[in-house]
Amino acid sequence: MWKYLTRLFHRFASPPHVYQLAGTLSPWLMIPGFLLIVWGTWKGLFLAPEDYQQGDAFRIIYVHVPSAYLSQMAYMVMATAGAIGLIWRMKLAHAVAASAAPLGAAFTFLTLTTGAIWGKPMWGTWFEWADPRMMSALVLLFLYFGYMALRAAIDDVAKADKASAMLAIVGVVNVVIVRYSVEWWSSLHQGQTLLTDEGPRMSEGMLAPLLVNLLGFTLIFGGWLLRRVRTEVLFRERRAAWVRKMMAAEGAHA
Amino acid sequence: MTDAEGRLPGLAEAFVATARRDLLLAWKRPGDVLNPLFFFAMVVALFPLAVGPSREQLMFSGPGVLWVAALLATLLSLNSLFVSDLEDGSLEQLLVSPQPLPLTVLGKTVAHWLTSGVPLVAVSPLLAITYQMPGNVIGVLMLTLILGTIVLSLLGAIGAALTVGLHRGTALLSLLVLPLAMPVLILGANTVSLAAGEELYTQGLWALAAYAVGALSLAPFAAAAALRVTNE
Repeated sequence: MWKYLTRLFHRFASPPHVYQLAGTLSPWLMIPGFLLIVWGTWKGLFLAPEDYQQGDAFRIIYVHVPSAYLSQMAYMVMATAGAIGLIWRMKLAHAVAASAAPLGAAFTFLTLTTGAIWGKPMWGTWFEWADPRMMSALVLLFLYFGYMALRAAIDDVAKADKASAMLAIVGVVNVVIVRYSVEWWSSLHQGQTLLTDEGPRMSEGMLAPLLVNLLGFTLIFGGWLLRRVRTEVLFRERRAAWVRKMMAAEGAHA
Repeated sequence: MTDAEGRLPGLAEAFVATARRDLLLAWKRPGDVLNPLFFFAMVVALFPLAVGPSREQLMFSGPGVLWVAALLATLLSLNSLFVSDLEDGSLEQLLVSPQPLPLTVLGKTVAHWLTSGVPLVAVSPLLAITYQMPGNVIGVLMLTLILGTIVLSLLGAIGAALTVGLHRGTALLSLLVLPLAMPVLILGANTVSLAAGEELYTQGLWALAAYAVGALSLAPFAAAAALRVTNE
């Protein structure tokens, strides 16, 4: 068992193997993910019953909730991959972390914009500073920006990998602290509790499309991440023999 | 790093020596200490010019303005934490010395706090008076600033260690440290606001103190690890 695991570990540490594997797996995630999103969104927009309080406006959850979940998921992928890279000195884990950052930033931005579009008619405000979830999302976006900026500022890839992994790990602690400090803050400012009222619990007809979309978004994220990992591996290994051989073979085809 | 008899200095000795050296350097270059202070005073002076000098307005915005200004002034002083050591090569000596690096980093951070945080706390009453802050609230402001600047120095040490030796390091340092500093700002400024509104504010002080203790025990290790990465 242990032998099998170490062999697996070594295979995942081999760039050509990961490049091939990511290429094979990516469409298997992207295509079902795309189909699920189309199905879930269609069900969500046209078949799900209207909310008795929010009317049709609630339907933005079919984009908002999956992207909010993925904005945090991508950060966890980034920080975990960074930690694996730091602890076991696995270069490919750092490639995964580097690939996850822009995706996470994109999903966080999507979360904030869809949240604002939803918040304006429902709560009468684009942004509410005293809401812990909004503040955590905003700080998460800043952390992604800082992560990418630090990466871009360090020329040496190995150094950028380790420095940014540390920042990502420190950031995990920070997101938790921000959440609790805003909760403390907003609990003092009474009268802004309207945001905690989530409205009615969900009926089945509303919930099913949401679950479909959650799965679809996750698959798309996985597939997209693998595509980015491929590009990242290719860039990092641009001087390696296997990349040159592959490029030469592609050139012969064309 | 051994003395005449070939004995290695103890942990406390090494810590004091590092802090002493940085304090001495700050003493010889007073500009590095004074510039952030002037910056602090000027930012505080800018707000009444921009938002209007009415008494209620100043009393309302005072805690927030003083806290934001203190945060920015601390950021300004962070860049020099490791840069001069990098330039004259003494950072390399610290890295190869047999003393544990987190301890050395803590020594440098303490010196940084004594030369940036403490002066900010010391001048804050003068500026708070211009914002019509009553005496007891000024006391709370100084307490929150003492605890808050400890956290900012420690978090800043992580950021400074990650960006030491980079081009365009200053802007990047702010980008990294500001999100980390947000909870401190929320806790600090709002505790003072609560005190000004004559409400119960002690829970904010406890939270800040908890944050300071947490940062004191974890940040030196993170900053030391970051220094090792950026200077290998």
